[in-house]
Formats: sequence, structure tokens, C-alpha cells
Amino acid sequence: MRFLPGLKWKAEEGSKMPRDELGILSEIKKGYILRQLKEGKRGDGRTPYQFRNANIKVDYVKRAPGSAYVELGKTRIVAGVKIEAGSPFPDTPNQGVLTTNVELLPMAFPTFEAGPPNESAIEVARVVDRGIRESKMIDLEALVIEPAQKVWIVFIDIDVLDFDGNLIDACTLGAVAALRSAVVNGSAVGKEDFRLPVRNTPVSVTMVKIGDNIVVDPDLEEEQISQARITVSTTEDGRIRAMQKGDNGWFTLDEIKKAISTSIDVGKQLREKYLK
Amino acid sequence: MGTQSDIKLIDENGLRLDGRSAGDLRPIRIEAGVLERADGSAMIEWGGNKIIVAVYGPREAYPKHNQDINRAIVKARYNMAAFSVDERKRPGPDRRSIEISKVLSEALSAAIMVEQFPRAQIDVFIEVLQADAGTRIAGLTASSVAIADAGIPMRDFVTGCTAGKVDGKVVLDLSKEEDNFGQADLPVAALPKSGKIVLMQMDGDLSVEEFETATSMIMNAIPRINEIQRNALSSRVKVEGGGGE
Repeated sequence: MRFLPGLKWKAEEGSKMPRDELGILSEIKKGYILRQLKEGKRGDGRTPYQFRNANIKVDYVKRAPGSAYVELGKTRIVAGVKIEAGSPFPDTPNQGVLTTNVELLPMAFPTFEAGPPNESAIEVARVVDRGIRESKMIDLEALVIEPAQKVWIVFIDIDVLDFDGNLIDACTLGAVAALRSAVVNGSAVGKEDFRLPVRNTPVSVTMVKIGDNIVVDPDLEEEQISQARITVSTTEDGRIRAMQKGDNGWFTLDEIKKAISTSIDVGKQLREKYLK
Repeated sequence: MGTQSDIKLIDENGLRLDGRSAGDLRPIRIEAGVLERADGSAMIEWGGNKIIVAVYGPREAYPKHNQDINRAIVKARYNMAAFSVDERKRPGPDRRSIEISKVLSEALSAAIMVEQFPRAQIDVFIEVLQADAGTRIAGLTASSVAIADAGIPMRDFVTGCTAGKVDGKVVLDLSKEEDNFGQADLPVAALPKSGKIVLMQMDGDLSVEEFETATSMIMNAIPRINEIQRNALSSRVKVEGGGGE
């Protein structure tokens, strides 16, 4: 993901010297990472299909009916779920509403800026949303209070606190964990509280292409030197629910087919390890 | 994907609502050089889609801190006209069109020889005048014609097509009804000569086998669509040349 305009070599008028130290560092690292990958190793010692260790704490925010704190390597996010009664969309009067928003906080990275979500934040949020929505993880039909009048609106809001690559998967893990723990405050409309009706467990797996290599769960350095990115979201039945190719490079169809089978395998491991 | 429907989208003979069979495309017509002011332009009619694309550049990237000293940046702006859909669309970018603009910019960057134009920007304005499913890949397909019309060097065309799943069956080039009531949508764009994939998105529910059927249908259709792109450009050149015949 190209969040890094500040990391490009920026030469001032009349100067050929690159200004940004991080830019130089990444050139040196690039050589190192590429050499390592030739032997099937990664900069941080992982194998190409190895996810970083994740640490997930659910019910992290007591004020939210569902929440999760996620560390994926050094990427840190908090996902909070708020559930409020409101009006359904006119074209889906018999369904609750699901919305996903991601905030790339300025604290998370030197070039993240305050303000409304930029295209990168919107892309992350929409890919996370697609994985959850298309898997039909939440039974939206069970979230109707009064048909066409009143339904439960599920807001998933994600704060990115610290950015070290692969936001899509960190945010999907956080959102799914938070939704699984969420309780709907039925007493607000004179009914009983109930657990958010969850039917399955979508998991996204993001891969990037570096040279001819494809690696899973890229860290920041790997994202910086990669040519293209692909995310595949699957459910436990091994079906594909959402995909997104990103960045300026390309994949062959065979690479994409391989990415899909990798996503199914790695997704299974993640579900087993973190979302049981 | 869309909501449930009682409409039968595929009849007992395997024909779709508009009479097409599973692997058929809707009619596509592309015309290059349709605008006066822009450096390059193209109009595409794909089924009921009517989309016009204008290209400006390469020109100096602005604001300056966006400049890349090694290559041109490609900025596609996908926009739906307020009147392009049944219910009026509020003008201006929404989250969907911002995401689409991003993936279209990235897809075009893979084809354009951006390294020839350091510090420059290439603007691609995609205006959907009438929407009828598959607007992003129709806009992208027209964009590469407009970029060629602007004389900007490219490695290849960018050619797009969608496939999807309707009534449990994988079909090519979803229509509006199929998009609304289908079970999956898979827009893809590739460089037709090499088959390199530069755009791929998916939402819905596909098995691995269905994905493979869908992509092979798309890869099959791409040369057919590319032929229409090429014809649009060559007929433009004949007009410009003047008096050749």
C-alpha cells in the first residue's frame, strides 16, 4: 500500500541528493530483502506464507458493545462496534445496516494526516467491509426492530494506531473479533439484550509481489518495495467472498489462482488460532 | 451482492433476460477523439452504459509535492453524473467512486510508460453519463483508447470485462438486473497481449472452480474487446490523415 509520499526521494531544485533518510534506507533494505527472498527467506526471518504473530484482545473498550485490540507484528489497531437503532435503507427495509470506517490516525505514521479519510483509508475500509458483508457474517435480517421503520445499525469503526504494513488483514481480524463479541442493547427499544447474530468467520489474507516472489502479510518494508498487492477474503467453507488487487503492478492469472489457494490455507490457520 | 429476487434471470434454455447466452458480451461501440479541448478522448457505449473519457497531459504534476522524480503519476477520476442512475446520485465523489478512481489509476499506471515522464501527471476524467452495470471496466476500457488518442506511449491497451454468478451460473458481462440480483461480481482488466492482470475486484460468493470458469470466460472475451479498441483508434487515424483514400 502506498501511504508513503514522504518516503520517495525528493530532490530540491539544483540538488541531486536524496533528502529523505528513510528513502535511502529502503534502497539498502530492498537489496537485502530481494537477496533473502531468493533463498525463500524474508527480512524478518519468516517464510513466504507465514503470517506475523497476532495478538488479539476482545472487549478492549468497555464503552463499546463489541471491540478488539489487534497487534499484527508491529501494526496496531483498535476496532470498536457500536450498535444503534435507526432507519433502514429504503431499498432494504427488512435488513439491518452495516457500515465500516477506518481512521489512519496521524499518530500511526509520519505521513498520515488528520482530516477526512483519504483514498487509502477508504480502500482499506471498503475491502474490510466487503469481506464481512459478502460472507453474510452478520444476519442482517435478524436486526429488524420494526420492518421498514426501525432496524439496528452496526457501526464498525477502526482506529489505526501504529502502521507496520498489512492494514487490511489487521483491520479485518479486529472487525471480525469485535463483531463476534458484540452484544446488542435490546433494552434500548424495550426488548432483551442479545448477541449479534454471527453466522460465519470471514478472514482476509493479503499478499504482495516482490520481484517474482509472493509473500503473505507484508510488513511495511515489504509493502514499500512491492509492485502489486492482492487480498482474498474467504469463509470457512473455502469459498471466495471478496477480492481486491491494488498498486501499480500486475499479476498473472496463475499467480492469482495460487493466491486464492494460499488465502484459503492461511485463512484456515488464522481462524483456528485467533477466532475459535 | 444484491438482494434476493423472484425474477428468473436465466431461462430453461440457458438464455439470459436480454437473450444472451452465458459467454456473450453486450454490444460495445467505442469512438476515439470525441472532444475538442482534451488531449485525448473516447466515448464508449457498452450495453446501456454511456461513458465519456477525457485525457489531459502529461503535464506538470500539481501540487508539486505529489511529483515523482522517476515517473509520471496517473490520476483517474471516475465520476457518475447525477442523472446517470435511476435515483439521482448526489454530485461529487463518494466512497465508492474514490475507491474505483484509485484502482483505475493503478491499472492504467501498469500500461502507460510512466517512466518517460518524470514529475508529470496524466489526468484521466471518466464521466459516466448513463450507468448499466460494469461501468468501471467500461470506463477503463475507454480510458486506454483515450490515452492512446492523446499520443501517450503505452506498453499495451488495458482491456476490461466482468463476469459474475447469476441463478447459480457463471456468466460473462453482467447486465443491470444480473448485477442487482446476482450472487457474485468479478471485474477484471488485463493487458491483452501478455494477459497480465492489472485490475481485479470481487464481491459475492464464488467457489474456486467458479472463479476459474469466470476468469477463463473473461480472458476469452478480452481479445474480442481489444479488437473494438483497436478499430476505434485506427478509424480515428484514417479521419485525421485526410485524403488518403
